[in-house]
Amino acid sequence: MKVGILYSRIRKDEKLLLAELRERGHDVVKIDVRDLQFGLTEAPEVFADIDIVVDRCLATSRSLYATKFCEAYGVPVVNSAETAQICADKVQNSLALAGAGVPTPATDVAFTKEAAMESIEKFGYPCVLKPVVGSWGRLMAKIDSKSAAEAILEHKATLGHYEHKVFYVQEFVDKPGRDVRVLATDGEPVAAMVRSSDHWLTNAAKGAETDQFELDDEAKALVQQASDAVGGGLLGVDLMEVGGDGEAHSASEQSSGETPRDSANYTVHEVNHTVEFKALNQAADVDVPATVVDWLEAKAAAETKQEVVA
Amino acid sequence: MTECVECGADVTLHDNAEVGEILDCTTCGAELELVERTPPVLQRAPELEEDWGE
Repeated sequence: MKVGILYSRIRKDEKLLLAELRERGHDVVKIDVRDLQFGLTEAPEVFADIDIVVDRCLATSRSLYATKFCEAYGVPVVNSAETAQICADKVQNSLALAGAGVPTPATDVAFTKEAAMESIEKFGYPCVLKPVVGSWGRLMAKIDSKSAAEAILEHKATLGHYEHKVFYVQEFVDKPGRDVRVLATDGEPVAAMVRSSDHWLTNAAKGAETDQFELDDEAKALVQQASDAVGGGLLGVDLMEVGGDGEAHSASEQSSGETPRDSANYTVHEVNHTVEFKALNQAADVDVPATVVDWLEAKAAAETKQEVVA
Repeated sequence: MTECVECGADVTLHDNAEVGEILDCTTCGAELELVERTPPVLQRAPELEEDWGE
């Protein structure tokens, strides 16, 4: 198959993917989106005869538009523009998860400092303030006091891009020092790992330690639901363990004494659409790039079949 | 082998270096992007942007 890789930076993840695709004899076209002009109707020449495009753009803004253009040109792309749009924005991400009945941390969105402050006071301390667009744990704030909340809100309102004036306030989930990252293809788990840290942020990008994780049936079902909720694709689904062992309850549950989320053992806090998998590839016994390429081959074959039928 | 655009030190490329990959200059620490493979051409890598990630 002829595969296009949309990119603006080649990370280890892309190198793993490129190596696997080339090893299998696929025709790989690297497409640096920084070099292109996207017209409204005609695809840039580089897209000619491509069976499937894989969006690996590092910049979310580019990912959103590039996938949209691919679809406008009739070029099959994974992940879809719709999936990218939902996953790129934490508000849309949370709405999709909650709308699909997937357990997800309680969240408020407010547009003024005053309204955000009311949410923060409602959640109690600590709670969490996140940027609506962002990754790798950047600009995340765990708010421990009213004075800290006031300072952070003031900074965001005064110094930030307009997106920082959309205040995304979330309950603090007292997870057991780790969270779970699952790489999934259309909801089917490829591999999973726990990311552990003494810090409240457990992103691999923040230096968390990783280890393989065996998913139970409940987690597998949640991964499928979360994937469906955002439109499917090659996704990184992030879960936190809550409730099940009676130790790791969310802050609001602890203060209210409520039963933890209908006794669910997990809460899904995010789904990532240009998922990095190098850490998972090291932690898990699975050959992650090989499994991803298996899936891509099946996707491309399905697209070709669909074209023939049409 | 090529030269760091920041400090002029020698930079060695891995055999499987890819265009678009970021290399660190071991002398000055600059982040360099490989923009041509043969012959190798490096330029200073773009600064981290707020929307970067996964």
